[in-house]
Amino acid sequence: MQLALFIIFGALAVAGALNLLLQRHPINSALSLVVVMMSLAVLYWSLGAEFLAAAQVIVYSGAIMVLFVFVIMLLNAGEEERTTGSRAAYIAGFPGAAAIFCLLSFVFLSERHALGLANIGGHLDSGINNIAEISRVLFTKLLLPFEVTSILILVAILGAVVLARKEEQ
Amino acid sequence: MSHLSPFQIFLLLSIVKIVVVLVILLTGVAYTVLLERKVLGHMQNRWGPSRVGPFGLLQPLADGIKLFLKEDLLPLAAERPLFIVAPIIALSCALISIAVIPFGAPYRIHGVDMFDISNINIGLLVILGITSIGVYGIALSGWSSNNKFSLLGSLRATSQMISYELALGLSLVGVVLRAQSLSLRTIVDSQSAHGLLSWNFFGGFQFVAFFIYLMAAYAETNRSPFDLPEAESELVAGYHTEYSSMKFAMFFMAEYANMITVSCVATLMFFGGASSPFGHLIPAFGGAIVQAILPVFWFLVKVLAFLLLYIWVRGTLPRFRYDQLMSFGWKFLLPLAMANIIITSLVLALHG
Repeated sequence: MQLALFIIFGALAVAGALNLLLQRHPINSALSLVVVMMSLAVLYWSLGAEFLAAAQVIVYSGAIMVLFVFVIMLLNAGEEERTTGSRAAYIAGFPGAAAIFCLLSFVFLSERHALGLANIGGHLDSGINNIAEISRVLFTKLLLPFEVTSILILVAILGAVVLARKEEQ
Repeated sequence: MSHLSPFQIFLLLSIVKIVVVLVILLTGVAYTVLLERKVLGHMQNRWGPSRVGPFGLLQPLADGIKLFLKEDLLPLAAERPLFIVAPIIALSCALISIAVIPFGAPYRIHGVDMFDISNINIGLLVILGITSIGVYGIALSGWSSNNKFSLLGSLRATSQMISYELALGLSLVGVVLRAQSLSLRTIVDSQSAHGLLSWNFFGGFQFVAFFIYLMAAYAETNRSPFDLPEAESELVAGYHTEYSSMKFAMFFMAEYANMITVSCVATLMFFGGASSPFGHLIPAFGGAIVQAILPVFWFLVKVLAFLLLYIWVRGTLPRFRYDQLMSFGWKFLLPLAMANIIITSLVLALHG
């Protein structure tokens, strides 16, 4: 049953991503992205990362994508015009994407033993709570990267505020 | 039931639980509407609905029939698919979140817990996640109906819900720190030792968090005094201006179902969920069945008290102005919630 869920939501994620590219209206594209995020959350869940799944839904689908939709609604963006695209994208894009796909699958397949295997739905049998483990790793081993990331985000927020602020006359 | 496998028993009992809870929730939604109209009426020195049935008790039925039989209008310039999907998103998100709420003491039949639909170890995050998805229903309804008032209403609702979601989530962190779990069952169990005194509101010193939660929850459900998204005096009816018939009823039901969910969460997090306020002071009376149903009774009493508070607040307070709403959320509730987290974790670290 977990395998069935994994396949269904994996297919849904791919379909949503394709729909995101093919839709011409920005709001439909944004909603397809929401579908992708939700399917990714289900995939995380079926792999036993329930905290990551919840965070994915709350942060990405519930906050970031809502802001995307909000901005699209506020600007009342219309349908985009269909263009043929730049020649460089056709010449470099498809081979580049294929190369990256091949490289990634080569790395994953050759390092298969080092990476280990995830048991789909395995957490449902054992039932370990991984929130405590995640927080232990985040606040001991990876404390510096964690804090540096949050400062990076803070800098981005301040930059956005400075850019958005009107100049005092 | 020996000829059924454990999985079949689990499946059948789960379906029965879902149906029963859904029917009770929808009836509760209908009668919360009636309760609100009655109580508001008495607050404003009039009777409220009193014509259909004894004391107007059949009024929800009459409203339901009226809404079913009304013509379903679809504006020509509306974005058709999104216009239809939006109320469905709003209502289904409002109904799904009841699935993780434990509304009674653990009571097992054939290994299946009867008083919650599912017991998930991240139940609280599931509720927060589903409510944050519910924003899409309102956002899309306003945009897709191609109406200025709707768009203004849904923009207000979206920004308000995103802003208050932060304070709402952070106000619950203190409780989670005390219970050391995100499972709603464990959170309730952590408060059931000494009755009223061990509830997070009294014994846990989380009353600041409770008031933050209460205010953020009122804003999250778009209820007065935060009902700017549907402010009648400014926006006609806000995001559901263009909706009629059952689609309007779905928004209406979603609002009241959200009210009930929020009251359930307040009960679970701060008022001991289904545990009795007297703890073990009262000896166990009646048989096993009475003892199984009594927690459900306490839970319903607490939820009903919160619903009455909702109505009382609506009858009392005037609406916020938009800039007041934003500065209240960001400059007052959010820092207060953070201070509550810091103080709670300090106390927990020092006293264990």
